[in-house]
Amino acid sequence: MSTTSLSSPVTTPAFQQVSLARKAKNGVATVLVWLSFLIAVIPLVWVLYTVVANGITRIPFSNWWTEDLGSVLSDEVGGGVLHAIIGTLLQGIVCAIIAVPLGLLVSIYLVEYGRGTKLAKVTTFMVDILSGVPSIVAALFIYALWITTFGLPRSAFAVSLALVLLMIPVVVRSSEEMLRIVPDDLREASYALGVPKWKTIVKIVLPTALSGIISGVMMALARVMGETAPLLVLVGYSAFEHWNIFKGEMASLPLLMNNERVTNTMSVGTVGFERIWGAALTLVIIIALINLLATVISRVVAPKKK
Amino acid sequence: MRPGDRIFKNLTTGAGIFVVALIGLIGLFLLVQAIPALQANNASFLFSRAWSTNDPTNMSFGILDLLQVTIATSLVALIIAMPVSLGIALFLTQYAPKRLARAFAYIIDLLAAVPSIIFGLWGILVLAPAIEPFAIWINETFSWFPVFAPGNVAPSVRGTIFTAGVVLAVMLLPIITSLTREVFERTPTPHIEGALALGATRWEVIRTTVLPFGKAGYIGASMLGLGRALGETIALAVILLIPVGSFFDWSVFDGGATFASKIASNYSEFNNPTSAGAYIAAGLVLFLLTFLVNFAARAIIADKKGD
Repeated sequence: MSTTSLSSPVTTPAFQQVSLARKAKNGVATVLVWLSFLIAVIPLVWVLYTVVANGITRIPFSNWWTEDLGSVLSDEVGGGVLHAIIGTLLQGIVCAIIAVPLGLLVSIYLVEYGRGTKLAKVTTFMVDILSGVPSIVAALFIYALWITTFGLPRSAFAVSLALVLLMIPVVVRSSEEMLRIVPDDLREASYALGVPKWKTIVKIVLPTALSGIISGVMMALARVMGETAPLLVLVGYSAFEHWNIFKGEMASLPLLMNNERVTNTMSVGTVGFERIWGAALTLVIIIALINLLATVISRVVAPKKK
Repeated sequence: MRPGDRIFKNLTTGAGIFVVALIGLIGLFLLVQAIPALQANNASFLFSRAWSTNDPTNMSFGILDLLQVTIATSLVALIIAMPVSLGIALFLTQYAPKRLARAFAYIIDLLAAVPSIIFGLWGILVLAPAIEPFAIWINETFSWFPVFAPGNVAPSVRGTIFTAGVVLAVMLLPIITSLTREVFERTPTPHIEGALALGATRWEVIRTTVLPFGKAGYIGASMLGLGRALGETIALAVILLIPVGSFFDWSVFDGGATFASKIASNYSEFNNPTSAGAYIAAGLVLFLLTFLVNFAARAIIADKKGD
């Protein structure tokens, strides 16, 4: 007669321990995945540190923000980047004035009118292709259109047109996404009350999606303001303040950086070095401010929740 | 249909058609401007490495060198950026603590907000000197291998395809990561829970559910990154040194110019339509190249979504 000892299980346990090899593989994968994230953070921190540490020397002086470089020599300490800030903002705003309505109309078409049609599919596809068009190609297209074909001079407006090509796909993408998440109940409620479709879109759908659309637009704006390639091809650099967007040379922050890079020495501590990194820091500050503004505005206009 | 509705519908449809037409217009205008220059070209456009366009009556230019340098920089960038982006996307969707994942994703997206000229200046002034010892070590140790042979801008190893590729890789990270992450996030929860219930470790869950589900998206995202890399302009114009009298010779320590950086650094030569046409012809090739790559990327993503 055999007795069963109760000190150990009768059958072998169904659950096996995770084998060492599987544990090891899992561990290696975890380490690699964490490492790749850290690898991505290093250049970000490094770039931002470089910009701030090198750019900080000139930024605190008030004349950096209030003067242009028209009255100082290329190796003379002093002057500021007001002319470039004006140019960057002006070109960005003109671009947004053209690109935002266009992009918004396209996204309204895609979501409200074209759903499922062949043209909508083609449009979505072309927007994707447009977002992959390199900025230098956009610049060459505007050059071929505006300058060689129309015979107009190189100008800030031509730059804005090239930036429009780069901004439209970003605006369409973000607005489309925002319009799509507006619940159909809202539209149907509006139709049920006899409101025409266009009025439903303008008064119901757009306001509901507005906060998302605005933040998308602002981020697209911040993105195109840092573009350099179209500036090189389509407008000349000027060290003076310039307000005419249809004629003449106009500075902007990326163009100023490139100009100093080409004409001035870049070694540490020289005037050119300080101007380049000062302009870089100014550009980063402007972009950061626009992004911040995007968050604030989208909070303010967000639809009230109960 | 009410008039308001008709106007609004036509307006939005018109905007849609305009965008579709825009792509065609870009190709058309570039082609029209490129033809006179191509006709005046004395060299083979596709197979020549020469580039002399100053005299519109006697031009000879070809894109072979530009094409090779463009592809070389993009490949170096992709080889570095693809595995890292995959890691980041997995980290953000599977490993990062849920509460911090959004903040971490935001940090990666910040990389995309940095203007490319700043990346270029950082690359040549800060990164290149820092990785110089490493570059020299590779160059000296593996110089028997053509890819790591001494380059045509030696003794400098700073303004090379290698440095340009590393900087470009950093710029590609947010692009590849964001789309890959989006696809990984859509892995069906039942798949993941099923794998977990079978006792899979976290890595096994990823290998058996997330990766098979997201593979197409990852490849598509990488191709979009490739498209971006092919067209990157100012960062490469800042970094790459132009060798004098020699051309690309399959080494990552060569200098050179890509399509985009060539056009960007010679804007001052756009003084007559024919000379500018030579650059526009190069731009047209770049446009076609990025068009094909983007087309393929979208096709891969759409195709895999279908089944």
